[in-house]
Amino acid sequence: MTAILRAIVGRVVDALRDLTPIVLVIAFFQIVVLQQPFPNLGDTLVGLVCVLLGLALFIHGLESGLFPLGEAIAQAFTRKSSLVALLSFAFCLGFGTTVAEPALIAIAAKAAEVVALAGHIENDVSVRDAYALNLRLVVAASVGTAVVIGVIRILKGWPIHVMIISGYLIVTALTFFSPPEIIGIAYDSGGVTTSTITVPLLTALGVGLATSIKGRNPMLDGFGLIAFACLAPIIFILAYNMVA
Amino acid sequence: MQFLVDLAVSFGATLRDVAPIILVLVVFQVLVLRQKLPRLKQIVSGFVLVLIGLSLFLVGLNEALFPIGETMAAQLTASNIATTVHEVVWTDYLVVYAFAAAIGFATTIAEPPLMAVALKAESASGGAISAWGLRLAVAVGVAIGVSLGCFRIVTGTPLQWYIIVCYVIVMVQTVFASRSIMPLAYDSGGVTTSTVTVPVVAALGLGLASNIPGRSPLIDGFGLIAFASVFPIMSVLTYSLINSKLTKRKNTPPQVGQ
Repeated sequence: MTAILRAIVGRVVDALRDLTPIVLVIAFFQIVVLQQPFPNLGDTLVGLVCVLLGLALFIHGLESGLFPLGEAIAQAFTRKSSLVALLSFAFCLGFGTTVAEPALIAIAAKAAEVVALAGHIENDVSVRDAYALNLRLVVAASVGTAVVIGVIRILKGWPIHVMIISGYLIVTALTFFSPPEIIGIAYDSGGVTTSTITVPLLTALGVGLATSIKGRNPMLDGFGLIAFACLAPIIFILAYNMVA
Repeated sequence: MQFLVDLAVSFGATLRDVAPIILVLVVFQVLVLRQKLPRLKQIVSGFVLVLIGLSLFLVGLNEALFPIGETMAAQLTASNIATTVHEVVWTDYLVVYAFAAAIGFATTIAEPPLMAVALKAESASGGAISAWGLRLAVAVGVAIGVSLGCFRIVTGTPLQWYIIVCYVIVMVQTVFASRSIMPLAYDSGGVTTSTVTVPVVAALGLGLASNIPGRSPLIDGFGLIAFASVFPIMSVLTYSLINSKLTKRKNTPPQVGQ
């Protein structure tokens, strides 16, 4: 128990270092630039303590729980050596983590609103909701597919840059055929769909797979799953808007 | 008391977000893998720590950072406009660009998913890539990206041209980059924009777009996240290039006759 406590105290010190820039930036702009006092200083301090403790616990749990979990699963799938099982797991993980992602829910609702205002769909609550829900399902399926492609890449050792650059070319081509209203939303969606829990799990899974498969290098092959999961939503939102 | 309620609500929300992941993990563990995971107890307690930590983190952000960050974004973007009778000139907003760069850098350093990837990269590369170096490189990328994104909103120039030019730069850098950094560089685009950065940066974009005449928050307010996800790719590729140059100089001269 004392070992855990000591570890967490160490993490709090790290977290303090990680949060110093934010505190400095906000204090500087509040006091020097805007020249205003801090509103509710007490609440802010209590909040900062929560952020510190939360970050420390999160990082500790990451190293003792999430990373070993991702690696253990990667090893279990390699031992099992069933491609179908591994790929369906990859799809479910990508789909499952994205479909309920709050950032995606917000983006889908915004996209429906923008498209309706531009007159591409009827500006009616039920039509907008249907558009938003379909969009979420499409994006979640696209992230699932992207993780599957990323896992196949790790297994085969394909070079990542060829695939990512092809993705960029597809995005560029689709952009030319898309209305300007949807472009901003589509580009933004790539960054927000990968959440705080998904990223460590996907990273550990990728590195775990690359480590346990013979002939694969964790640096060369293990990373990259997140890159695919970020590019897919951009492509699919642009394409969905064209089809719908 | 209110605090405990907030904490419980946040814990519930985190649990709900994580429920699909837990479901997928449990279903595959029970139906497909059917093997006992090693160190199961430690994994479960680690997972619980992650959930508690994330909830505390989010409550704290909501209490301390987001209200002040959002007010600040609104005040900074509004401060010039009351006196502006002339056409909007991009130099009216120098303070906003500076704030965007500073807050982009600071929130990225505090971004938990980036810490996770940086820790993994350090261990997977056997220490050749330092977690701090990677995080600093990514944060510098986000700072430049968000700042340029604000400039774009002020000038009202089309987002796609910026992003496509960025893609071209990434392609050119890819030609010169070492193969082993590429996957990590491409990944770093997606991990930067998360829990801490998105709300503050989104508030900044929304504030700018609604305060500048002729900009619509619905259309021009977007795009900052896109900048923040593309620039780290460039900055990490640049970082690796500089890093390898420096190491080469340190390990002078290469062995002859091997």
